[in-house]
Amino acid sequence: MNDTYDPVSGDFEPLLTVTDGEQIDRPSLSYWQDVWLRLKSNTRALASLYMVLALVTFTLAGPLIWSVDPSKQDLEQISQGPGLGQKAILVPDRLPVPSINSLTQSMAEDRADGSGQRLDLLGEAHTEGLTLSWLAVANADSYTIYRHELEPSSIDDLGLPLAQVGPGQLSYHDSLSLEATTYYYSVMPIVAGQPQGYASQRVEVVQAIALSEARYRGLVPEGDDASLLGSTIRLEAHPLGTDSLGRDMLARLMWGARTSLFIGIIAPLFFVGFGLVYGGFAGYVGGKTDNALMRFADFVIALPFLLFMILFKIAFGIGPGESGIGPMLVALVLLSWPATARLVRGQVLQIREEAYVAAARMMGGGANYLVMRHMLPNVMGVLLVSLTFAIPSAIFTEAFLSFIGMGVVPPTPSWGSMCNDGIRTMLSHPHELIFPALFISATVLAFNLLGDGLRDAMDSRLRSDS
Amino acid sequence: MISYIAKRLLSGLVTVWFIATATFLGMHAVPGDPLLNDKAVTPEVRASLEAAYGLDKPLPQQYVIYLSNMLQGDFGISFTQKNRRVNDIIRDHFPVSAMLGLLALTIAALGGITWGAITALYRDRLPDVLIMLLVVFAVSVPSFVFAALGQLVVLKFNQLIGHSVIPVAGWGTFKHMLMPSLVLGLGTMAYLTRLMRSSMLEVADTDYIRTARAKGLSAPRIFFKHQLRNAILPVITVLGPAIAAITTGGFVVELVFAIPGLGRYFVQAVQQLDYTVIMGTTVFYGAFLVFMVIAVDIIYGFVDPRIRVDKVGA
Repeated sequence: MNDTYDPVSGDFEPLLTVTDGEQIDRPSLSYWQDVWLRLKSNTRALASLYMVLALVTFTLAGPLIWSVDPSKQDLEQISQGPGLGQKAILVPDRLPVPSINSLTQSMAEDRADGSGQRLDLLGEAHTEGLTLSWLAVANADSYTIYRHELEPSSIDDLGLPLAQVGPGQLSYHDSLSLEATTYYYSVMPIVAGQPQGYASQRVEVVQAIALSEARYRGLVPEGDDASLLGSTIRLEAHPLGTDSLGRDMLARLMWGARTSLFIGIIAPLFFVGFGLVYGGFAGYVGGKTDNALMRFADFVIALPFLLFMILFKIAFGIGPGESGIGPMLVALVLLSWPATARLVRGQVLQIREEAYVAAARMMGGGANYLVMRHMLPNVMGVLLVSLTFAIPSAIFTEAFLSFIGMGVVPPTPSWGSMCNDGIRTMLSHPHELIFPALFISATVLAFNLLGDGLRDAMDSRLRSDS
Repeated sequence: MISYIAKRLLSGLVTVWFIATATFLGMHAVPGDPLLNDKAVTPEVRASLEAAYGLDKPLPQQYVIYLSNMLQGDFGISFTQKNRRVNDIIRDHFPVSAMLGLLALTIAALGGITWGAITALYRDRLPDVLIMLLVVFAVSVPSFVFAALGQLVVLKFNQLIGHSVIPVAGWGTFKHMLMPSLVLGLGTMAYLTRLMRSSMLEVADTDYIRTARAKGLSAPRIFFKHQLRNAILPVITVLGPAIAAITTGGFVVELVFAIPGLGRYFVQAVQQLDYTVIMGTTVFYGAFLVFMVIAVDIIYGFVDPRIRVDKVGA
């Protein structure tokens, strides 16, 4: 007890004197700078932001680089998988018809023992055309020619003939939409009105292209025809393949992105903007006006969304030559604004009661000043988040409507209508469904993650906790 | 409570009336003519057709007839399927859609609650991360892609087994319903999982959980009796929107799986511009959805009295 602490005796002194304790020695950050910093530290959000930027680049710059017409059909390469163009042999425009009689004669001599075939291929078989020849059958009135992709096992498999030729003709030139696959040709002589058995021949058809056609499409250099003929060239490349009508998938995805992202971004901009004005007005004015306005908004919100989207789409109608993007935008805006209006109104009602607004009002701030300086900047955060979430749902809506045939009109490509086309050939050509579905999913995913990141970065509650 | 129910039902009726009116006006604003066909029609035939469908009367009168018919539960006769009443179409095909939707909703709710509870239990550990990754994937893929994938899975499965175990498409037995309802419920399930997770985490921080823990209750008991039961409550609120999502999602799934539900008929009617069927099914679906949402809200009012008081007070 004897050495009681005595503060007055002088053995206790402050270690240092703080003169400028509240000095801020870092540059002050604005709200948006702060949000950006926090967004940047969120890897997932940053990755999704890059993904969105990549998609926008793909949409805007893509068609400039890959300048293939999305509605141009490449009939040589229908439903082709991703990869380089197919190989094709250059053939003359007018195919020389082999002199049939002499060949048939030689065939007959070759098979004098009767063991050989009665139907044979003359010359080469390629997609521009092929010639068949057969041995004459005594007393035949006519011959019918058949083409199948599977080998016919009996006379019942033959079905409808490809052509019928008179008794004097022992050859047939087929150039009817040939594809580069294997065909089974059959010929059946008709004697006195009755079929007399048939002969089949397997023919491998290779891809070919006429020289003038190749030149027109810019696939071969100008120059000597004779040296080019018979050489193999590559047809147009389709990096992501073609669809069931032979249209380039990459070009369609790029143009489809323009449709889908246009609707997905423009419609939310409009209805979020309208919701901001509507909800802001209702919240700011308050009272009976607010009540009436919000009653109406509740009403619109109670409408079943997709049913009315469909109804509006029908009601607006689509004229000839129109793409159907306009009606879709209008319908989306008409039905989607109340959610934003509600949100903004709630925010404005809250901000209106804040002390800083009261202070501003007391110091003589007018309505314009209050709205522009205090209300709008404070609403901006939630607005941006709801905009980011509105984009994927608008893209989904567009895809859904296009899928059930109520969206954009062909030939305007959109991801949804491409999925619709692709689902029909899903089993044989899955790439026609996979690519557009992948793009929709990636876009929606990117915007959803970005929205999550933005919300986390802006939420003031989270900020005060950490 | 009764005044709350009455208020909600009244506002629901007004909404349905609004839907009916909007449908009527919308369908009459459609450019073109319901009787315009590829067949040439003489003026006499045309006049008698218009009289038969009541199209010769002025618009306000048509509206009154339309509303009074609808009040009596008569939606008219289909334009494209002659001699088939819209009522019959709804009666024949809605049960199929309802069955599919109910199964999808059950799968979605059970799955969502289970997965959500698991993620909360394993917060920030592998099961949580994995499930939430799947959830993000599920909400980002359009329903028709899931439908197509589901069909593909069934097909490959059947090929693997060697004979058809689960039908790829069609309707009839319980086996037919499995894949479509799973596909239909998937999006909602993902959404519910997310909701359930945040709800579980919120409940985990409450005082009564801490008290239960302090009392020395066993972990399973706290989890099931205290945390899970309280966390399920908010899930009920989103059942209304979930029913709407499943109903409209059914359009696509019924189309892909060739199920003779009302959704497929609606889409078909829309594509063929079958006016009466569109109007009838739109109003029917609209009324169904509006009253489903109200029913869910009322049920929630019973389950959680706090909500009811809040809503009436506001």
